[in-house]
Amino acid sequence: MTKKKIRVLAAKPGLDGHDRGIKVICYALRDAGMEVIYTGLRQTPEQIVRAAIQEDVDVIAMSVLSGAHDYLFPRVMELLEEAGAADMLVIGGGIIPEEDIPYLKEIGIRAIFGPGTPTSDIVRFIQENVSE
Amino acid sequence: MYDSKKLKEIEQSEAAWAEKTQKVLDKRPERKQRFQTLSGIPLERAYTPLSAPDCDYMRDLGFPGSYPYTRGVQPTMYRGRFWTMRQYAGFASAEASNKRYKYLLEQGQTGLSVAFDLPTQIGYDSDHPMARGEVGKVGVAIDSLGDLEALFDGIPLDRVSTSMTINAPAAILLAMYVQTAAKQGVGAEKLQGTIQNDILKEYAARGTYIFPPGPSMRIITDTFAFCSQHIPKWNTISISGYHIREAGSTAVQEVAFTLANGIAYVEAALQAGLKVDDFAPRLSFFFNAHLDFFEEVAKFRAARRLWARIMKERFDAKLPKSLMLRFHTQTAGCSLTAQQPQNNIVRVTLQALSAVLGGTQSLHTNSMDEAFSLPSEEAVQIALRTQQVIAYESGVANTVDPLGGSFYLERLTNEIEARAQAYIDQIDKKGGAVAAIEQGYIQKEIQESAYTHQKAVEAGEEIVVGLNRFREEEAPPKNLLRVDPAVRESQVTKLKKLKAERDNIAVASAMKALKKCAQGNDNLMPSIMEAVSRYATLGEICDTLREVFGEYRPVSTL
Repeated sequence: MTKKKIRVLAAKPGLDGHDRGIKVICYALRDAGMEVIYTGLRQTPEQIVRAAIQEDVDVIAMSVLSGAHDYLFPRVMELLEEAGAADMLVIGGGIIPEEDIPYLKEIGIRAIFGPGTPTSDIVRFIQENVSE
Repeated sequence: MYDSKKLKEIEQSEAAWAEKTQKVLDKRPERKQRFQTLSGIPLERAYTPLSAPDCDYMRDLGFPGSYPYTRGVQPTMYRGRFWTMRQYAGFASAEASNKRYKYLLEQGQTGLSVAFDLPTQIGYDSDHPMARGEVGKVGVAIDSLGDLEALFDGIPLDRVSTSMTINAPAAILLAMYVQTAAKQGVGAEKLQGTIQNDILKEYAARGTYIFPPGPSMRIITDTFAFCSQHIPKWNTISISGYHIREAGSTAVQEVAFTLANGIAYVEAALQAGLKVDDFAPRLSFFFNAHLDFFEEVAKFRAARRLWARIMKERFDAKLPKSLMLRFHTQTAGCSLTAQQPQNNIVRVTLQALSAVLGGTQSLHTNSMDEAFSLPSEEAVQIALRTQQVIAYESGVANTVDPLGGSFYLERLTNEIEARAQAYIDQIDKKGGAVAAIEQGYIQKEIQESAYTHQKAVEAGEEIVVGLNRFREEEAPPKNLLRVDPAVRESQVTKLKKLKAERDNIAVASAMKALKKCAQGNDNLMPSIMEAVSRYATLGEICDTLREVFGEYRPVSTL
C-alpha cells in the first residue's frame, strides 16, 4: 500500500512581501516528498481558507514577517472553525515575538517556527503531526 | 602593471613555493578541500601579481573620482566628508515617527530615511480591508498630505536630506514631500533626497508592486523628467540590489540583476524621449553589505566599474556624473540571528566596514534586535554608534580606497564584474530585465540560491555562530518595540475628519483630471501634485490609477 502524500498549503497572508523563507520551505517540503501548493503574496484569510478546503490539504503553513500575524493568524483560525475545518494542522512562522506565541497556540496554531529554524524541524513536525 | 620579466620570476618562485607548500599539506591538510566566497567563487591559497597579470591601472582602476570610478566616485571621498549616516526608521503614526527622527538627528545622524507601512507602500488607505493588521507595523502610515506634514513637523527640509523607501506610489509621496517643503517655505530646487522608485526589484524580490510593468515604467520616467526640471538635486530612483540579496541571491546576482534593472530604466527613459545626460546623473543605487568581507568590498568596486562602462559604452553618456554609480548601503538583515542577538553588533560592524571600504555614499547599520521586531531606541543607538566608531576612530576613512591594489581584492573585483556581465548578457538575450522578470527567470535564480544557502547551513557547510555552532540556552529578549494596534483606529478617524473637511469638489475634479492624464501620454506629475495638494488620499489616487492601468499579476515560480 502506498502512503498518501501529505498536502501542504504554503501561504503568505496580508501585504508582506518577504517570501524567501516560505519559498525555501516549499522546496524543502517537496524534497521531503510532500505536495506543496504555494499561494503567492497578498492573500486574505478568506482566500487562504478557501484554497485550503478546495485543495483538500492536510496542512496550512503561514508566513508573516510584517507583524500583522496578530490579526491575520487568528482570523484564519476563525474562518477555519466556521468552515468546519478546525482540525486542520496549522503552523506559522516569520518574525513573531516570543510573547505572542502562547496566545497563537491557544487558538489552535500548533507550532510557530522563528528565524534560524532548520527546515528539517518543520518537515519532522509535519510528518509527526498530520493525522493519518 | 608588471613587466613580463618580473612576472616570469614570480612564476618560477610560485612553483617553488607550491612544492614547499605540498610538504606542509602532506603533514597538515587545510581546513577544507575547497575554499570559496559566500557566492561560490572558488578561491586560491594566496594571490600574487600573477592573479591579474593583464591589469591595466589606468584602464581598470584609475584615480578616485575618475573613470571607471573603481576606486570611488569622488577624488577625496571620506577625507572631504564622511558618508551620510542614515538609519531607516518609521513606525506607527506620523507623530511617533517624527519623534524618532528628531531623536536620531540629535544623536548625530546626518540624513533621514523613511520607512512606510505596507498599506502605504501598496497604495491602500488605512481604512482599506487589505490594510487590516498592517497599519503602522513596518513603517509609518501615510494616508494624505496631512500625515506627511506631521511627519516632518519641525524638521527643516532645506537642511536635511531624506530618503523614502517607496516604489509603486513614489510619485505621490514625492508630490507630498514637495508640498510639505513648500509649506515650510522651502522651494523644490533646494530639496535633497531620494525616492526608491524601483519597481522592477519589487516584482523580482520585494513584493510591493501595484501596476503592471508598462504603466509602472511610465510613472518612473515621468518622475525622471519632472525632477530634472523642478527638483534638480533629487535622486529620482534608487536601483536596489539590497532586497534581491535579502531574498537570497549571491553577490554576483545582486550586481547583475540590479544593473540589468538599471539598464531597463535607462532604456525606458530614452524611449520616452529623454536625453541620457539629463536624467542619468540623478540615478542612484542601493546595495547590501553581507558577511563575506572581501567579496563585498570587491562587489561595490565591481558594480561601480561595470556601471561606468555600461553608461559610457552602451548608452554613450558624456557627463562624468552620468557614469558614476553612487550608492546607499544597508547591512544584511538576513544575516542577523535571533540566537545570541548581541553577536549581531559584530556582524553589523564588519558589514558596515566593508561598505565604507567599498566607497558607499550613505549607510544604514542594522540594529541587533531586528530578528525579533522593529528596533528599539537603545539598539538603534548602538547601530548608529557603530558607524561613528568606524568614521571617527578606526582610521579607515583617512585615505581613499585603502584596499585598492590588494592582489586578492583586485582579482575578486575582476571576477565579480565578469560574472555579473555574463548574467547581464543572458538577461539581454531574454529581452531585458522586464521580460526576464515576466518569465520568472530572475525570481527562480534568486530562490534557488536561497535554497542552496539554506541547505549548506543545515548541512553545517556554512557556519552561523550561535545558530548551528556555539549554541547556548538563552532567555527571550526584552524591551522589544511594539506598535500599538490603536494606530489603525486613529488613522481611520483622521481619514473621516479629512474627508469631511476638505474641498471635495476640488478633489473630484483633480481625480478626473488625473484619470484623463493617465489615459493619455502627458507627464503624470502635475496632476498628481494637484490631487495631493487638494488632500486627495494616497488610496484615492492609487485607485484612480488602478482603474486606468490595472494591477500586476505575478507569475508563479514555484
